[in-house]
Amino acid sequence: MPAVLTIAWLFVRASFAAMPIALSAAQATDSQVDPLGSPQWEFMHRTILDGAPYAFDSRVVVMTPASAEDAMNVPVSFRVEGLGTVERVVVFADLNPIHKVLVFHPHAARAALGFRVKIEQATPIRAAALTADGVWHVGGAWVDAAGGGCTAPGYSRTAGTWYETLGQVRHHRWPGAGGVDAVERLRLQVMHPMDTGLAEGIPAFYLERLEVTDDEGRRYATLELFEPVSENPYFTLDLDAGGRPLRLSGHDLNGNRVEAELD
Amino acid sequence: MRVSCLFVLCVVAATVAASDQRYRLAATRIAPDTWLVRGSTAHFSMANGGNIANCAFIATGSGAVVIDTGPSARYGEALRALVEHTTGEPVVRVYNTHHHPDHFLGNQAFAGIPIHALPDTRRAMAEQAEAFSDNLYRLLGTWMKGTVPHLPTVDALPGEISIGSRRLELFAYRGHTAGDLVILDHATGTLFVGDLVFNHRAPTTPNADLAAWQSALQGIAGTPFERIVPGHGDVAAHSRPISETADYLQWLAGRIDEAVGTGRSMAETLFLPIPRRFDAHDTLVEEYRRSVMHLYPGVEHAFFHAE
Repeated sequence: MPAVLTIAWLFVRASFAAMPIALSAAQATDSQVDPLGSPQWEFMHRTILDGAPYAFDSRVVVMTPASAEDAMNVPVSFRVEGLGTVERVVVFADLNPIHKVLVFHPHAARAALGFRVKIEQATPIRAAALTADGVWHVGGAWVDAAGGGCTAPGYSRTAGTWYETLGQVRHHRWPGAGGVDAVERLRLQVMHPMDTGLAEGIPAFYLERLEVTDDEGRRYATLELFEPVSENPYFTLDLDAGGRPLRLSGHDLNGNRVEAELD
Repeated sequence: MRVSCLFVLCVVAATVAASDQRYRLAATRIAPDTWLVRGSTAHFSMANGGNIANCAFIATGSGAVVIDTGPSARYGEALRALVEHTTGEPVVRVYNTHHHPDHFLGNQAFAGIPIHALPDTRRAMAEQAEAFSDNLYRLLGTWMKGTVPHLPTVDALPGEISIGSRRLELFAYRGHTAGDLVILDHATGTLFVGDLVFNHRAPTTPNADLAAWQSALQGIAGTPFERIVPGHGDVAAHSRPISETADYLQWLAGRIDEAVGTGRSMAETLFLPIPRRFDAHDTLVEEYRRSVMHLYPGVEHAFFHAE
């Protein structure tokens, strides 16, 4: 088998080599060939990135397991390295029933975030970082999964306890622990069922927006959240607040407010 | 023409691979009237058909006793034929050491024969057998053809029992799973420890309680034996696999405590380096990452909800 595949591969390579003019006319550079080979990439480009200019870019690092143990809680961390100012980062999963996971605006935070997602089947998970020149820089990785994360009810739904803890916030700050240059690490959890609307009889009900500010009203990061974010979500951020008190505010789809001091 | 030739070659190769899905099981004699059927120390794959766990059997003179039955109906059938051919005795009793699918989905081939498991194992199987089976169909495809979970029929209880020439002592532990059965054959000093001990294969933790697992390992280390038969990896005539399993699990617990305590996210923790002293464990990186996904959320919850 390997010998046969090698011959077939050479044949394909030779065919492409014979068409350099056609390729350059379409401006299809190496960085625009999806390294994940996703059947949905073109659709994602059109719907999530509005067809804007893009490049697959290894400077957008997405850390996620090759195979998920719990489809309701797939850990993902991304970080953008050496791209200068990043306006926002969109996270999406090509083969999820709901593609968009979140949009991160790193006003005064590092362009890096940790969180967890629900996936329904094997899918690419991507982070696309928009730089000031209007180009999306796209990183990502495939995650395999046994499935069921989006259409199964969350734990607190089956346990019936979500309304007792809705909107509770827990956090911890680690000064100097956020990476190379003594940036601070902030981890926080907001209790919320994050219902997708795809589990039978349970309408969509999720956190829509969270924002971290300080006591002078300075904004550090804004998160726009969507259905695939995991239940009772944890977020990991790196920022430099110089030890000042921080504040988390936001709301869910039903207008319930989230307010907490992050001392 | 060239393309169609390639196509034909591929189809022929694929057909040969598909029709070759037979388990080639071999019995290795490890003690008088005692045999091991050793599984691969890899992860489930189409290449190994899920044959990744050890099974064993004992000829008692009044029938054969089988310990664990493998991942599929087809494996169970091959195992039963091997046991009866090797011992010349019918199988009179089966033990399942715990509820993980690589150890009991071959039970179907032993329908009608008493299958014993700890009560906690039977409870866990009743809850999870269908999901395990579905997942193995996804991972192994046609290797699983015809497999339907066949659950144990009798409670195994701690203490001694006699079968033919053999006096077997049963121990009920937990830690790898909710119920982990250990069997000591007093005639040969062979200690069958299931997945409480892994030998040069990284331990798996989807249902683990690490503190309970460490106590179980202390209990096993305090039991006199001539040789131990681990659930994965080679038989050993010494206790090193016990201490190596304990060492890895202790390191794993400390690693996750430290990661949560220093603010590492779960995804970052997946990609932290693993100490070189564990290099001899097969499937190390995959199992470490699976363990992070199993264990990190509980430690993280305790950290945030204690404050």
